[in-house]
Amino acid sequence: MRRLKFVGATLAAAVLGLAAGSAACAGPTLDGVRSRGVVTCAVNPGLAGFAMPDHEGNYQGLDADTCRAIAAAVLGDAGKVKFVPANAQQRFTLLQTGEADVLARNTTWTLLRDTENGFNFAPVTYYDGQGFMVAKKLGVKSARELDGATICVQPGTTTELNLADYFRTNHLSFKPLVIEKLDEVENAFFSGRCDAYTTDRSGLAATRASKAPNPDDYVILPEIISKEPLAPAVRQGDDEWLDIVSWTVFAMIGAEEKGITSANVDAMTRSDDPEVQRILGSSPGLGKALHLDDKWAYDIIKQVGNYGEVFERNLGARSRLNLPRGLNALWTKGGLMYAMPFR
Amino acid sequence: MAHDRSRRRRDLGRPAPWNDARLRSLGLQAAVFILLLALAAYLAGNAAANLSRQGIATGFDFLGREASFAIATTLIRYSPADSYARALLVGLLNTLLVSALGIALATLLGLAVGLARLSRNWLLSRLALVYVELLRNTPLLLQIFLWWDLLRLAAPPPRTAWRPLPGVFVSVRGVYFPVPVYQPLYLWMGVALAGGVAAATGLRVWVRRARAGRPPLPAWIGFALVPLPPLAVFLAGGAPHLLDVPHVTRFDFSGGQSITPEFAALLAALVAYTAAFIGEIVRGGILAVSRGQSEAAAALGLTRGQALRLVVLPQAIRVIVPPLTSEYLNLAKNSSLAIAVGFPELFAVTDTIANQTGQSIETMTLVASAYLAISLTISLLMNLYNRSAALVER
Repeated sequence: MRRLKFVGATLAAAVLGLAAGSAACAGPTLDGVRSRGVVTCAVNPGLAGFAMPDHEGNYQGLDADTCRAIAAAVLGDAGKVKFVPANAQQRFTLLQTGEADVLARNTTWTLLRDTENGFNFAPVTYYDGQGFMVAKKLGVKSARELDGATICVQPGTTTELNLADYFRTNHLSFKPLVIEKLDEVENAFFSGRCDAYTTDRSGLAATRASKAPNPDDYVILPEIISKEPLAPAVRQGDDEWLDIVSWTVFAMIGAEEKGITSANVDAMTRSDDPEVQRILGSSPGLGKALHLDDKWAYDIIKQVGNYGEVFERNLGARSRLNLPRGLNALWTKGGLMYAMPFR
Repeated sequence: MAHDRSRRRRDLGRPAPWNDARLRSLGLQAAVFILLLALAAYLAGNAAANLSRQGIATGFDFLGREASFAIATTLIRYSPADSYARALLVGLLNTLLVSALGIALATLLGLAVGLARLSRNWLLSRLALVYVELLRNTPLLLQIFLWWDLLRLAAPPPRTAWRPLPGVFVSVRGVYFPVPVYQPLYLWMGVALAGGVAAATGLRVWVRRARAGRPPLPAWIGFALVPLPPLAVFLAGGAPHLLDVPHVTRFDFSGGQSITPEFAALLAALVAYTAAFIGEIVRGGILAVSRGQSEAAAALGLTRGQALRLVVLPQAIRVIVPPLTSEYLNLAKNSSLAIAVGFPELFAVTDTIANQTGQSIETMTLVASAYLAISLTISLLMNLYNRSAALVER
């Protein structure tokens, strides 16, 4: 018996050790991506607007397009992405162990994730905030009326913590129903097991548009109870790769600032604007600094589009979600999207 | 004789150490042990080095930090302001609750199924067979989801809840029912209850000794002894009672005690699934008792029920207990599937903590040790019981 226990303990240690050990083999991320010829990207298995397979099985959404932009910048081909669907629990382990090169899965940038969990975050691709959705017939107009309500929430997310914080701050009580799978938590809500469903407001809109039996029967309450800056994450300790992912995002935002779109990018290569020339590689130098081809940003814009195009296609007026740009408009239009200077 | 043999062996001279089977096996075991130890040390070191290289925090300091997340079903007082350690304790208690209830109910149902399988009633034994094959051959996770969906679909929304009794509400939010508010007298009633149990046990033992060979006292005398003392204390104390009755709130109900659909689904699935296995174990155990025993019992004039209770089952127990132990272990471990439907047992709470802190190695080690401790405790208790039930060989 004692020996058996010991063997069990050793095996457990071995499994844990191996899980953590595999990261040791991965070299600098850029070399790994080049040698594999593909960017491995952990995404949400099914969140409309961010990452969700279409009827042909191709991932569509803002996060999916961020992955494609990185592939375009690094490999010159936006199609060279391997999408790894990850639930809220798996996502950090996938990145920590090197199974994914980048985590673009509507992940909130927080202090602990940036430090203790061993990640670095690229610039925010979507400024979100947590909200509540309720059935219209419940007659609730404000989150402050939810005292005593049963609330559906996914575990292990900042959402779960904000929920508890909000009710504590307002001296209200609630009963959480914590379910891991998005499908199941949505089912529980729509079947009436919960009074309210809480997640990021973009997620609420996505769930309402894609899963509700009748979207008009549900309302999203006006309160925004948290800041949810969603950003792509990479492993700590590979600054080169962090730079590449960060400037991929900046390139998409910068292109929108300069009015470069996937449609006019070829004409823009002959632009007189020196910054446009630097972005598109017409005047060389910036690509080399990132250890990429000078056409890196051209490839992003040509194949994926600028931030505005990506937003409208996946979340905005040209999508089912029909979300307003809000905080995600360019800084020149009252939003928070701001690219650092390309020089 | 033995003395002679050992001397003779000494005369032949000690074998060389590598030829001595005992020494050789000791040496081999030591070598394997050291190898495993080295492997474990290497892996632990490797994990620690990788974690620190990636700047990932290690250690158990996080246990003292504020958990900040809410848990729906708690046996002890808990709020998001409590520590991660307390959240883990809440999860552990929920696991113990569902395991203990599950084991008790699965044993009863399993016994019934096992007996039904052996019944002379064709319909009953076929029904039991269908039950066993159906539940044994489908995945437990599927059954949990099925129970959960059934409970949710069958129950009405909270505003049109069923009220089978005053103060009892059955709806998609679960079953709400009244519970007595704690009174100091209840402690003394507990003491009286323990006294009653002791008296009944003592009487039974005394009767067995004093009236050996004759049939034991009817069971109802013992059962009557148990509830009488607490009842007497309750009445003597002025019968204080105050019910905490659930009441309707804006969304559902508040107060009283509640059983959530998640807990009910998990418990029902665990009990139904494990009972199928236990039924087969019981059947096997009974079939293992030779026919002669029941025939002899019949020849002595015992009824079939008496023969089963006094002759067959006590012998079948010896065959039943060891495989039963592993079913109990399975049930306790299977309770971790609750995470799928959102009942906050140990694994579900750990899962949240692992993700909030990012320290999955530490939290998973903790939860693994907890399950190991639960399993070893169950094994220990069952082994003790097995020893007491085993045939004493003289």
